[in-house]
Amino acid sequence: MALTLGFHIVFAVFGMAMPLLMIIAEGRWLRTGDAVYLKLAKAWAKGTAILFAVGAVSGTVLSFELGLLWPQFMAYAGPIIGMPFSLEGFAFFLEAIFLGIYLYGWEKIPPRIHWVSGLLVLIGGIASGIFIMAANAWMNTPTGFEIQNGVIVHVDPWRAMLNPAYFPQALHMLVAAFQAVGFAVAGVHAYFLLKEKESLFHKRAIQIAFPIAAIMALLQPLSGDLLARHVADYQPAKLAAMEGQWETQRGAPLRIGGLPDAKSETTPYAVKIPKLLSFLAHGDFDAEVRGLKSFPVADRPPVAPVHIAFQVMVLCGVVMIAVGLWGAWLMFRRRMLNAKSFLRTLVLISPLGILAIEAGWVVTEVGRQPWVIYGFQRTAEAVTPMPGLTFSFLVFLGIYSILSFAVITTMKRYVFSDTSLRETGKRP
Amino acid sequence: MTLPTAIALVMLLALIAYCLSGGADFGGGVWDLLASGPQAKKQRSLIASAISPIWEANHVWLVLLVTLLFVCFPKAYTAISISLHIPLTLMLVGIVMRGAAFTFRSYGKPFEERARRWELVFAIASILTPIMLGITIASLATGRVRAPVATASFFQNYVSPWLAPFPLAVGFFTLCLFALLAAVYLILETQEQALREIFRRKALAACLAVGVLAMICFLLSRGEAPRIEMGLTQQWWSIPFQIVTGACAVGTFIFLWLRHYQWARLFAALQVGLIVCGWGFSQYPYLVIPQIKIQDAAPPAMLKPVLLALLLGVAVLIPSFLYLYRVFKGKRFEKVAGN
Repeated sequence: MALTLGFHIVFAVFGMAMPLLMIIAEGRWLRTGDAVYLKLAKAWAKGTAILFAVGAVSGTVLSFELGLLWPQFMAYAGPIIGMPFSLEGFAFFLEAIFLGIYLYGWEKIPPRIHWVSGLLVLIGGIASGIFIMAANAWMNTPTGFEIQNGVIVHVDPWRAMLNPAYFPQALHMLVAAFQAVGFAVAGVHAYFLLKEKESLFHKRAIQIAFPIAAIMALLQPLSGDLLARHVADYQPAKLAAMEGQWETQRGAPLRIGGLPDAKSETTPYAVKIPKLLSFLAHGDFDAEVRGLKSFPVADRPPVAPVHIAFQVMVLCGVVMIAVGLWGAWLMFRRRMLNAKSFLRTLVLISPLGILAIEAGWVVTEVGRQPWVIYGFQRTAEAVTPMPGLTFSFLVFLGIYSILSFAVITTMKRYVFSDTSLRETGKRP
Repeated sequence: MTLPTAIALVMLLALIAYCLSGGADFGGGVWDLLASGPQAKKQRSLIASAISPIWEANHVWLVLLVTLLFVCFPKAYTAISISLHIPLTLMLVGIVMRGAAFTFRSYGKPFEERARRWELVFAIASILTPIMLGITIASLATGRVRAPVATASFFQNYVSPWLAPFPLAVGFFTLCLFALLAAVYLILETQEQALREIFRRKALAACLAVGVLAMICFLLSRGEAPRIEMGLTQQWWSIPFQIVTGACAVGTFIFLWLRHYQWARLFAALQVGLIVCGWGFSQYPYLVIPQIKIQDAAPPAMLKPVLLALLLGVAVLIPSFLYLYRVFKGKRFEKVAGN
């Protein structure tokens, strides 16, 4: 299931964020009549479509997998958090319909209506993402139900959906999606710009994608801080694992780097900044931060993966902020599009956003272990009793490899090298 | 009508919608595989182009069905997910393969020769889904879907619930139905006479296959799915229902023969809808025979918000869906209105 989700999230974020780029380009075309913008919008739409189709398929697989792999979880949780899943389905449907209209209706409907279709795709995508995040957030802070004598009663689906983790998680994911896609798209176009130095097509592309990426990169630490503070209050074991904090202490230090060792219950090789963790987690340099040792061993998540993934994510974020600031300064001096070293950097860091997203998901999902519903159901209790799942896993690994191959090949052949899409100024 | 029954009805409609849209897509895969002769390439590109604009939207019916199942009927969802793990997984394989094939084909120039092997792989895999869908649904009626027993073997727990004559027959029946739908739809997606004739012949063949398999399924249901057989013969509505369904089937054939393609399309769709309904009504009030009934649904507190969400969703989506169809199919409808 982690495999499918890891796969799905990549396509889902592109499905969420690309429409924004698409409609900005189309909006500029409508306002300026500059044909380059039209070409850009169409090229981006094509890429979006491919990624969207694959994202849709992996999403369908997920809805099945929930039951195939986690039937006991679904028996428990299905009715409680069914609402956001249902709503996500509708948002997706809306998105699919209007993406169809957008992709194939260029000549068929008035330009303004076409642009509105694109806007609806964007709204649908964002709504989809937000609804799904409600479901995941519920797994972290389950609310909206009571247990009496081992039976679930008094289910309130609205309270379940609007659980405490919802807003911080949804915000962080939303920003992450636009940030990752912004950098990825900017990187791709930077690559081509280095080859075709005067291409207006690629210059305009970067001018649209990069600012989005940079703004999001700067906002992200704020949303990350909000989320981390939330986790400190609601899922202290997860925070402790993230930070490699074994001892419960006041004035806890922030660790940069470090390799947590479960046997010795320490985190060696870390650079420690005194008192900073207490401040970041609770707003007070002397606040108490719970350590992993304060939890029974059976309730602790696997520390090393969570801590390392967290460091990776933050490192990616810092790099993106740095590049964002650098690019912003260059833009201000009107030198961005000619600065070769900057463009090369853009290319180099283009996958960092996606990497950060995957790392972040490792943090939150592995960090929630051993719970699948925090404090209520352990992952081990939720899994299907069917044996031989290794076989299923291999089957899906095979499928996704084929799907990835299909996507990469298609993107390479029909989007990246389709020169008719990129002709600047001249109509084919 | 109770709330659980209302939702079950919505699920039935979602299943029909999936059959009529996604089913036609998979049916197209069958013809893709069987395309031969001088017009083979043209046939394939027609299949690809017809489905492109609305393709992604098809999945949604399936997701809606699954979502409603796990939200409102969690016991059934759990039982089905465990016992029918294998056919459901295989169904997914088909869906993913079809997605890959669609991606390859729709967003670029037609495939070159050397990649034909890949196309074949995808087409074959996409036949899996209709068969597995049929198997899954039929298994619900046989009474063999149940919680795994610790003392039973893997085969008994996870294979024998679905590997039996009736489910297999229904699987192939589903495949033929989808192929029929696809052929009938495709006739009207082209103006070329030669292509129309080809698909007309294929549709006629599919009609006959459907008829034969329907008979086989019915005969097998007597032993393995007695409730279905009862529903098809002994309820007060059985005989009229059979007559209407049969009329649609015969009607499809006749209209195809006479080349009244719009009518054929309508009757084929009706036929499929009625068949699914027939199954649904026969199984009522059971979701999983014999342990789980529709009334074993989640409590009303959970169902009401779902209904609300459904109504909201429908209010937004149906106009959007109609708009989509109007934008892309509108012109064709105008042209063939005279047919």
